[in-house]
Amino acid sequence: MSKQPVRDRIRKWIPACAGMTLSAALSVLVACGSPDKTGSASGAGGSVTLLNVSYDPTRELYRDVNEAFTQEWQKSSGQQVTIKQSHGGSGSQARAVIDGLPADVVTLALAYDIDSIQRKGKRLGANWQTRFPDNSAPYTSTVVFLVRKGNPKQIHDWPDLLKPGVAIVTPNPKTSGGARWNYLAAWGAELKRQLHGDLTKLDDPQAAKDVAAAQAAAEKFVAEMYKRAPVLDSGARGATNTFVQREIGDVLLAWENEALLAIRELGPEKVDIVVPSVSILAEPPVAVVDTVVDRRGTRQIAEAYLRYLYSPAGQEVAAKHYFRPRNAELLEKYREQFAPLELFTVDQVFGGWTAAHDQHFADGGMFDQLYGITSQ
Amino acid sequence: MNGTFRTPSILPGFGLTLGFSTFFLSAIVLIPLAALVTKTATMGWDDLVRVLTEPRAVASYKLSFGAALLAATLNSVFGFIIAWTLTRYEFPGRKLIDALIDMPFALPTAVSGIALTAVFAENGWIGQYLAPYGIKVAYTWIGIVVALTLIGLPFVVRSVQPALMEVQRDLEDAAETLGAARFTVFRRIILPTVAPAIATGFTMAFARAVGEYGSVIFIAGNLPMKTEITPLLIVIKLEQFDYAGAAALGFAMLVLSFVMLLSINLLQTWGRRRQVVAGR
Amino acid sequence: MAGPGNSQELLAEIASRPGRDTVVSFVVKAAFITTSLLFLAALLFAPLITVFATALEKGFEIYFNSFKDSDTLAAIRLTLTVAAIVVPVNVVFGIAAAWSIAKFEFKGKSFLITMIDLPIAVSPVISGLIYVLLFGMQGWFGLWLQEHDISIIFAVPGIVLATMFVTFPYVARELIPLMQQLGNDEEEAAITLGAGGLMTFFHVTLPKIRWGLLYGVILSNARAMGEFGAVSVVSGHVRGVTTTMPLHIEILYQEYNFVGAFAVASLLTLLAVVTLIIKTLVEWRTGYKRK
Repeated sequence: MSKQPVRDRIRKWIPACAGMTLSAALSVLVACGSPDKTGSASGAGGSVTLLNVSYDPTRELYRDVNEAFTQEWQKSSGQQVTIKQSHGGSGSQARAVIDGLPADVVTLALAYDIDSIQRKGKRLGANWQTRFPDNSAPYTSTVVFLVRKGNPKQIHDWPDLLKPGVAIVTPNPKTSGGARWNYLAAWGAELKRQLHGDLTKLDDPQAAKDVAAAQAAAEKFVAEMYKRAPVLDSGARGATNTFVQREIGDVLLAWENEALLAIRELGPEKVDIVVPSVSILAEPPVAVVDTVVDRRGTRQIAEAYLRYLYSPAGQEVAAKHYFRPRNAELLEKYREQFAPLELFTVDQVFGGWTAAHDQHFADGGMFDQLYGITSQ
Repeated sequence: MNGTFRTPSILPGFGLTLGFSTFFLSAIVLIPLAALVTKTATMGWDDLVRVLTEPRAVASYKLSFGAALLAATLNSVFGFIIAWTLTRYEFPGRKLIDALIDMPFALPTAVSGIALTAVFAENGWIGQYLAPYGIKVAYTWIGIVVALTLIGLPFVVRSVQPALMEVQRDLEDAAETLGAARFTVFRRIILPTVAPAIATGFTMAFARAVGEYGSVIFIAGNLPMKTEITPLLIVIKLEQFDYAGAAALGFAMLVLSFVMLLSINLLQTWGRRRQVVAGR
Repeated sequence: MAGPGNSQELLAEIASRPGRDTVVSFVVKAAFITTSLLFLAALLFAPLITVFATALEKGFEIYFNSFKDSDTLAAIRLTLTVAAIVVPVNVVFGIAAAWSIAKFEFKGKSFLITMIDLPIAVSPVISGLIYVLLFGMQGWFGLWLQEHDISIIFAVPGIVLATMFVTFPYVARELIPLMQQLGNDEEEAAITLGAGGLMTFFHVTLPKIRWGLLYGVILSNARAMGEFGAVSVVSGHVRGVTTTMPLHIEILYQEYNFVGAFAVASLLTLLAVVTLIIKTLVEWRTGYKRK
């Protein structure tokens, strides 16, 4: 048959065709790949790029920090530096760094995420948190309430959240770092109330019975709180939009910096901020990623960049973006913006982030149990 | 040599096109999916079963697959009506509407999700009229169905449209002039021609809806056991660096979808063969 | 789509035939159009109007200013580049796959079709994850790639790959049912008359499948430009470098820049206009005739 040879001829094309596609695909990949590496450091004197992998609420902050630092560094060293930014959920940003996103510095929402980069990715030393002052957290925040204008439901402190008919908006602690701070703030506040303000009892074996009762009360409080949450957004800003734009709920739990920004951006005529009597000290940490800076030769500038955050100029930028500065003078200067309140730390109440995560947010942890109870 | 493998035909290009397709399929789809399978395999059998049968996971399958089925069904019915309207009738704005049908693909899913939530929330354009009747769309399962229907809309319309255009109108007209009742024409001539296209559209709309994440997350409410879809569970696993758990859930969804897709495709092939045989 | 003149003539002609029940015909037509419009209004137009209403909230000037931002422009460029790579590849694959599947009978055909369908069924989250599992630092090729200084994920190649995976089935899936429906008779006749394979394809098959092909291209292009989930996983979100339009929209939205976000989103709706133009062009060039 005359068709057979045709088919044979065609069959001979297949390897050639396959080879061509493969090589074409590879060349495209390589061509795209090479120039696209987010800036290889080209030594001193010339220009250098840094990649700062951060979480969501710091977008505005680092835009200003980067501008100020770029000028400062140009003046002091004569080197042109470009700082590239990547923002996203704190957990997924940590994952990207573990999977190879070449971040020179990470500035995330919780120490647990940087711990994970250390443990799972071996990208930095175990002592990262002691390399910079104040637990490597150059600025802090806390968890506050955002309520409808005029505070119609009269929410002033944590116990008011459980008033009848109050709907609470908070994001999902499983997917949002901010939501974990909210959860721990609520838990800690109730615990502290039950212990009459004395958190030292937690370490006191004599008070074990009181502590157990207080922990049970805190669990109940948090369970009740989540029963009143009609929506669990996947991220902190999603929750803010649900509360302000969609007008869902009576109170939003949010970071202070996010709450103040939301008021500015979305309208002071819509919402008010309420600062409770006690809340958690949120310490968003920063770190230099050792493997990346060593490979790219950017350690010096990366460290200078993070140190700049502690300088008075850097602290002032943080304060302007509603993060509480560590610098006492500046905190005083911005007193009007940062209402005083009692603050407790994750270490005090939960024994550190890893313990808090394992006990509360891991699969089958307390948060899951709360929902197991409420929905069965 | 491949006589048993395929039925002979005088058309050329079988080896070339099949070879190229399978090669490309392997490179782009199968090798990456193999990574998913191997990751799943790093879990022991017991762990795998435990992850896949958690009550929370099971609740999410029910929601994801149920909502996707409902959405795909809605899409089949309305998609056919829309395709019919767009191909058979003339009315002002028809061409523009036709061009807008692809929008659910072009709009990033997050945008669709946000926009739908804005429309269907209790203070939204449509939501405010539904609220007095106690119908809540945003943050409930209805919202999920709405979002999934939107993102799957182009599938049915776009696969039925070309088929409808190719239905031989002569044949249709001849049948009608010969006195066939309108419904008979529809059942005997139009339906058989567009049925494969509807089935294809349904399958794809369903498959897409099962895995959808971006748009649903904004309108769903995401309450565990209630409005939590399986892709969200996968994201939750990833947040805990549990890549194996995430891969396992992804793999399970894939297998379930694969079985459904395969059965629909087999049914279609079988249907076509029967049709061909009947025709000869 | 039929030319308007064409179908009006046809309708007029049908209406003038003896024995036609024009009243029923009219009622059916009205019902179909109303149902379609209502469904689309609630589900499609309302969200689209929301997009434009938000984008234009603060006036046209601010709307147009949104496009002057260099990061926005970079995102638009990246999205266009990705689509320009992905769509042609999909067309070649789609035609090859449809030819082999629709024109020949062989064993395991349903299986092959289902494999082609698979990417649609894979959750976007997973379609990003698989490339991380392959090319990430913990993945199969991660270390090798790093040693050779090649970036795939968190760079443009990863975005191209993920987009290709997501949009892979569309052209093939549009063509397969259509070509099956059309049958082989005309191609077989052409071959028997001595035409070559390519000639047969271009002169016999292509004119018949042009609408299916066009829809396939439009769909896969729309998906390529609009994909968020999978790309989000492999992009790394480096502003102005690895952010596509959908990712940039998310960034703007997260910054409470609703006008900017929806302005960029509204750009994507321009695709509908492009669709409209292409379809008109094809109709005009080929002088589309109903059978």
